Amino acid sequence: MQMKSRKLRRNSIDQTHFLQGNEACAEGAVAAGCRFYAAYPITPATEIAEHLARRLPPLGGIVIQMEDEMASMAAVLGASWAGAKAMTATSGPGFSLMQENLGLAFMTETPCVVVDVQRAGPSTGQATKCGQGDIMQARWGSHGDYNTIALLPNSVQEMFDLTIRAFNLAEAYRTPVVVLADEIIAHMTERANIPSLNDIEINNRRKPKPGDELFFGGDDIPPMPAAGEGFNVAVTGSTHDERGFRVTADPIAHTRLVGRLHRKIEQDQKKIAEYEANNAENCDIGVLSYGCTSRAAYEAVERAREDGFAVGHIRLKTMWPFPHWGVRTMAESAKSIVIPEMNLGQALYEVQRAVEGKASVIPLNKIGGDEMITPEEILAKIAEVS
Amino acid sequence: MSSSGFSSRQYLREMRFPFCPGCGDYTIANTFLQAVHELGFQDLKRFVFCSGIGCASWIPSPYFKADSIHTTHGRSIPVALGVKLIRPDLNVVVFGGDGDLVGIGLSHLIHAARRNLDITAIMSNNMIYGMTGAQVAPTTPISTKTTTTPYGSFEQPIDAARVVAAGGANYSARWTTHHTEPLKDAVKTALQTKGFAFIEVVSQCPTAYGRQVGLKTSKDILQWFEKNSVALKDAEGMSGGELEGKIVVGEFAKRSAPGLVQNIQGMLEEARKVAH
Repeated sequence: MQMKSRKLRRNSIDQTHFLQGNEACAEGAVAAGCRFYAAYPITPATEIAEHLARRLPPLGGIVIQMEDEMASMAAVLGASWAGAKAMTATSGPGFSLMQENLGLAFMTETPCVVVDVQRAGPSTGQATKCGQGDIMQARWGSHGDYNTIALLPNSVQEMFDLTIRAFNLAEAYRTPVVVLADEIIAHMTERANIPSLNDIEINNRRKPKPGDELFFGGDDIPPMPAAGEGFNVAVTGSTHDERGFRVTADPIAHTRLVGRLHRKIEQDQKKIAEYEANNAENCDIGVLSYGCTSRAAYEAVERAREDGFAVGHIRLKTMWPFPHWGVRTMAESAKSIVIPEMNLGQALYEVQRAVEGKASVIPLNKIGGDEMITPEEILAKIAEVS
Repeated sequence: MSSSGFSSRQYLREMRFPFCPGCGDYTIANTFLQAVHELGFQDLKRFVFCSGIGCASWIPSPYFKADSIHTTHGRSIPVALGVKLIRPDLNVVVFGGDGDLVGIGLSHLIHAARRNLDITAIMSNNMIYGMTGAQVAPTTPISTKTTTTPYGSFEQPIDAARVVAAGGANYSARWTTHHTEPLKDAVKTALQTKGFAFIEVVSQCPTAYGRQVGLKTSKDILQWFEKNSVALKDAEGMSGGELEGKIVVGEFAKRSAPGLVQNIQGMLEEARKVAH
């Protein structure tokens, strides 16, 4: 343990480590340039705070434990407007409390990263057990017409890679990005490669030029000044014009602002949404999986093929924007699509929307936190619907 | 330093404030800017203003020619914390009403005092929810008829300046909009204080509060402030009964404990040593 953290502190990069998912997430944040982390302790996300509390201060970064998740999210926004890359991490109950300022981050176009390590809810639920019940909270948790980017890691390696990608997307689109992890991925320990920093692509927010005044319009993704740079930037969660001035009674201003905030993500959804497709265009049965559940799905799909079933598989790496075009393609050949989820059916609804009745959408749900969905259960469902 | 040559316009955008005629927030804005002027700042480039929701949160946003972040209800202080910890060289100032800072945001205020967060927070306390139309606030005097307590309010109001002083802030003061000179001095002290500085300004809202209590003009309310204010040192010798309905004004905390920024800089130095 001591050896490992010492190695990581020295940035002994470009090598393979044996890491916990939450540690890999924290390392991804460090690699992406995160230098401010504010959070409130919560199982099963706490190790991210603990790891960053050791890692960031020697690099000049700050980790501060806030009084609650509303303050955590607020501090992250403040740090971002002061020019830092900033992150928080939490689980379902804290994610609910963050929805208020996630909405503010969307409305004020504040790049930041929120890691939600999902556990079994609702409410306090099963704090130490896995669940995938925040799929829709990640999309619709805050009020009003907003748009979301949410990524779905399924390995320790992806806890590292997708945390970096989350920062890159946040900076590129000037919007909050959610890493929608789960307890199993966050708490498992496996091999992960941390490449040389030179080999990691890093995006940084576009800065304004002297004299620029439009930081909330003009371009779909406007440049973002930081506090103290002399731009006199007016940031507000109220409906505002291109300069950031409140215009709360103007229907045109509201339609233009919220329309643009939506559009900047919507028009790039094919660039943002990532998924793995395996035999998805030519199958009788499709499987759609994500997060921890996808690991059982890989094995089930392989064994089903050995048993002679023509099975295709889509593994989502992005929940939002949802890659409906990929799922739709699978529905052209598959008569049924099986969706294993550790909830009572959430991604299911999005698949139903995507396939428009072209395939039967078959839920395979398990809650209770005792064990994840097994390959045998997915295999049995494939056999049942064939 | 004198106030000669002071004009608040120097620090303001060419826009109209949205406040009602006679609102105390004009006085707070003007007094704050006068203090800034007397401290020698010719502009607000070294300032960042954070505010929440409510009339007072509009004082800086976007009317001050400065960086301003108008946040969600009650959350201005943690946003200010994020700004200050990344840019400790800037003056970070929070404006908010009583609903914002001691209603929905009270926890953040006390934690700012506990942390001794190096910002100045100025609370316009009009003793009512003014923007939403005269509902009871955590600062409303007991037995006041508001739109949500039509038979009289039945809770004790919070003593904000004392709560913040007890919380560990380096500076906590209370004045009213009648006391513009001591208020200006308090702002100057606050802006020069390391650690957390809090100023509660008991302020008139003729529209909502005045209507409810029968003090229809700002002059009526200001005269009431003048008559009922008691200096802290005089209040110390008075009984609870004598202090009923009084506004105790003065400085409730004036310390020089290390602020959060200094403590974090110490931690960062320690981290660099350990890491090497």
